[in-house]
Amino acid sequence: MSKKQDKTPKTSLADLALDFSSGFKYEPAPESTSHVRIEKQYELFIDGKWVAPLQKKYFDTISPATEQVLSRIAEASAEDVDKAVKAARNAYENVWSKISAKERGKYLFRIARIIQEKAREFAVIESMEGGKPIRESRDIDVPLAANHFFYYAGWADKLEYAFPGKKANSIGVAGQIIPWNFPLLMAAWKIAPALAAGNTVVLKPAETTSLTALKLAEVFQEAGLPAGVVNIITGAGATGAAIVNHPDVNKIAFTGSTDVGKIIQKAIAGTNKKLTLELGGKAANIIFEDAAIDQAVEGIGNGIFFNQGHVCCAGSRLFVQEGVADKVIKKLKDRMKSLIVGDPMDKNTDIGAINSKEQLKKINDYLKIGVNEGAEIFQPACTLPKKGYFCAPTLFLHTSQSHRIVQEEIFGPVLAIQTFRTVEEVLEKANNTPYGLSAGVWTDKGSKIFNMTTKLKAGVVWANTYNKFDPASPFGGYKESGIGREGGLHGLLPYLSLS
Amino acid sequence: MAAPKTTTKPSTNGTAPKAEVAAKNERLSVLKTYKIYINGQFPRTESGRYYPLKLSNKEQINVCLSSRKDFRNSVSAAREAQEKWAGKTAYNRSQILYRIAEMLETRRAQFTEELVNQGATAATAKEEISVSVDRLIYYAGWCDKFNQVFSSVNPVSSSHFNFSSLEPTGVVAAIADQNSRLLGLISIIAPVIASGNTIIALASHQFPLSAITFAEVLNASDVPAGVVNILTGEIAELLVPFTTHMDVNAVYINTNNQQDKVTAETNAALNVKRVRIEASIDWNQPQNEDPYRILDYTEVKTTWHPIGI
Amino acid sequence: MPTTLKSYDPRFTPPVDQVSVEERCARFTTRSIKKSTKVNGLKLAMSMIDLTTLEGKDSEGKVRQLCYKAMHPHDSMPGVPQVAAVCVYPTMVRVAKKALKGSSIHVAAVATAFPSGMAPLQVKLDDTHYAVEEGADEIDMVISRGKFLQGEYNFVFDEIAAVKEACGKAHLKVILETGELSTLDNVRKASDLAILAGADFIKTSTGKIQPAATMPVTLVMLEAIRDYYYATGKMIGMKPAGGIATSKLALHYLVMVNETLGAQWLHPDWFRFGASKLANDILMQLMKEQTGNYQSLNYFSND
Repeated sequence: MSKKQDKTPKTSLADLALDFSSGFKYEPAPESTSHVRIEKQYELFIDGKWVAPLQKKYFDTISPATEQVLSRIAEASAEDVDKAVKAARNAYENVWSKISAKERGKYLFRIARIIQEKAREFAVIESMEGGKPIRESRDIDVPLAANHFFYYAGWADKLEYAFPGKKANSIGVAGQIIPWNFPLLMAAWKIAPALAAGNTVVLKPAETTSLTALKLAEVFQEAGLPAGVVNIITGAGATGAAIVNHPDVNKIAFTGSTDVGKIIQKAIAGTNKKLTLELGGKAANIIFEDAAIDQAVEGIGNGIFFNQGHVCCAGSRLFVQEGVADKVIKKLKDRMKSLIVGDPMDKNTDIGAINSKEQLKKINDYLKIGVNEGAEIFQPACTLPKKGYFCAPTLFLHTSQSHRIVQEEIFGPVLAIQTFRTVEEVLEKANNTPYGLSAGVWTDKGSKIFNMTTKLKAGVVWANTYNKFDPASPFGGYKESGIGREGGLHGLLPYLSLS
Repeated sequence: MAAPKTTTKPSTNGTAPKAEVAAKNERLSVLKTYKIYINGQFPRTESGRYYPLKLSNKEQINVCLSSRKDFRNSVSAAREAQEKWAGKTAYNRSQILYRIAEMLETRRAQFTEELVNQGATAATAKEEISVSVDRLIYYAGWCDKFNQVFSSVNPVSSSHFNFSSLEPTGVVAAIADQNSRLLGLISIIAPVIASGNTIIALASHQFPLSAITFAEVLNASDVPAGVVNILTGEIAELLVPFTTHMDVNAVYINTNNQQDKVTAETNAALNVKRVRIEASIDWNQPQNEDPYRILDYTEVKTTWHPIGI
Repeated sequence: MPTTLKSYDPRFTPPVDQVSVEERCARFTTRSIKKSTKVNGLKLAMSMIDLTTLEGKDSEGKVRQLCYKAMHPHDSMPGVPQVAAVCVYPTMVRVAKKALKGSSIHVAAVATAFPSGMAPLQVKLDDTHYAVEEGADEIDMVISRGKFLQGEYNFVFDEIAAVKEACGKAHLKVILETGELSTLDNVRKASDLAILAGADFIKTSTGKIQPAATMPVTLVMLEAIRDYYYATGKMIGMKPAGGIATSKLALHYLVMVNETLGAQWLHPDWFRFGASKLANDILMQLMKEQTGNYQSLNYFSND
């Protein structure tokens, strides 16, 4: 720690640096895990009961931070899926569609409240199995999930007001497949509106993150949700395919990669099944020179490093107006120096573990590609844990639309930076992608904001903020980023048939 | 709190009480004092006055006869609390309304006894409480949705982003359905506060008890002080202050009386209060809950901003 | 931002987004500070305190007692650092100087018609001269907020420059009184202006009105200091004052400095807390870390 002004002449102002390494060293602050209940083995949750998979196959689920086995998860076969669909169908025809809408809503309210009671346990398990920092699962994922159930609970008996001139009817059985980046939150995004609209559900969590969905099943039991209304079927790609292909599923909802989304869209062609897709993205995050620069830098960082960049709407393409590019990049590098990569269970960790070995390999492959393509790479000095799957936050400077790292979704803490000069130019480049999920705009000028938001071809546009989610706010993409919206009034549509 | 089992209260005509000597092992219960609810507290009426009420079990209760000063104090409290209540997120308000439902549900036994003591049958009491709980949940669910249903982005012909959304009107004074023991009161409080208004409600003159016990439920439900204020007393005395107070934004009067209607509407003109008047109804009917009761106490705010560079 | 101007041009001050600033501040408060980090942080915070008494009823006896506390925070617990300075009205400077003789604790004096600043320039300069002649090491001045809000930036600039000159060798802290400036944009403007005009330290508040120091205004001021450092290589100090009564909050502020300006500013020469109750809360926390037991104020001197 220095004292008086350092009087030694600097070689140049450009060499000035702030010291973010020798200040406070935060001691490990591990979240307690002793109060958390994880079974050694989980069965499938079908018709309100825990049922062994017919072929008695199980697979391990591990912590991506320690590589330790957390539990054994059942692998559902096509026959197990059939059982689940039958249970959902039976519950739909004979129970759920007969219960008054008001009572349906009250079940969802109960579920929301119980999640709140168990919030800490959910957060801990989410971080243990998924790799995201406990700070995020505790402060963002779990509260949002509870909020989602609470919000849709209120819609159940108000559907007559949602779509003027139309009667809102439920559809039947919904098959839902969710990803590993927000396991509990995605389960809430899928289940809550489906149930509020009067449907029943067969849901498959991602194979690397099954635990919080299974704990959710315990909440359903505690809330007294009638048997078969929600069925949780664990497994991998084949299990998902079995759900998609099952003839008695009326609606498919999928969140995941664009490639798999296209496979699903093809698979149900001609079947009359309704479909919503939440796919990939490569969002443009645009800083104008009249932005509140320090706050914009914070928003850029949040946009790409939140949840290790495992976010479909991540702001992964930074466009910075040339006049402020040097300043922004310098501030961004400074900001990255105080990001802590480490144990997801440490309350101070900002960037947790990459969800799986496979995903880490994909990201590292892209880092190599970027370097080979000639982009300049920057990573702050940080010690990565020896075990587990970790990646340092990364910038690629001097990129262009033609770089692969700018075109393809990396799904990691990797930001590609380009400069731009005019509004027309950046709009063209921002929209120059087959994706269209989200975008960010940073400027102090109101009219410019509305001009940009009007012209950006993205389903969610954040102005002077980023990665904000709320159950009342519809979310979904244009173009290859998906079909349909989740959240808000519009999020009811995919689960209703209007007559 | 259970109704007292033994009583040594004086009879209303002023003759000397016939004290019942408690049997050797019988316990004398503590009588409840029914006060009013202002600013999160339970004061007596500043006027010190009461009116007597005979219950089904022949007990007599002394009910606060609220004065216009009680109303004045309530309006101050409601005004003070309004900005912060409206400033809460809609989600927060919906959770608080849900909490009120939770608290009411858990006190079912107490309310049943009290409703029966005010002349209801056990069956109608049970139904009234159930509908009351469900009604609170109904409006809880509207807090974070009514703006989605009633707001709009307006396609104006100039290069402007133009949107309309609803904001709470402010402080609402309400005279509840005099024929209802509980549900009529809840059916006006819930939609009014759902959007961020605060309220002063006058309970039924003949059935005041559950209104006060409901105030206890509010007090236990994270409802901030001043958001709901409940008075007991007489319409004849309070109608004028309710409708002439210059710091009240809207008034709801449940009445069948044409003269009261004229008085209310005439007085409201003093500061252009929004006025809603309806007659006594069967609050159990599902058509008597809807989001338009929320809309009634909101203002539409329309904002323009250029779209350009 | 041009750094050689002899006046202040508001066009060079960047806009500030309040919602985003508040979110960043909330994140500082979720940092978990435990064990040795906590103990070191608490001791650092202690060494950064300007122990303050600024009341109309201050007397020589009161000031002497305060100075003793400054030098002897808690003799029964070794290893507790002394505070950085004692902060008093100009008429108490001489007494404080004498009482602190032999220690390295500075005497800071508020001046320039503190707290309102509603006096002609000559009165403010006389106030400053007097305090400096009495022996003040540091001068905490107030800016003219009314003039600032009128948009008379050059007036405010010139005042600061004049007081800086009157300070001579004493260090100048410029109090922005952020609680009266109303927006973070104004806080940033006032910070840039004060630094350009010659402030050695920029300070949030007089502590006489609410709100006093808050994390959002502090963050904005630290960012102004950072931009100035990158533009010139010159370090400016920062002092939040008023409203920081708990160790927990003080540690949040240190985290904010740590992650905004880095290690160089984590030193009493560059960061101060204007506080009075904080000292005892720090002592209680240090004692708790030592013994494992939650403490009571009864066991710590009240001077």
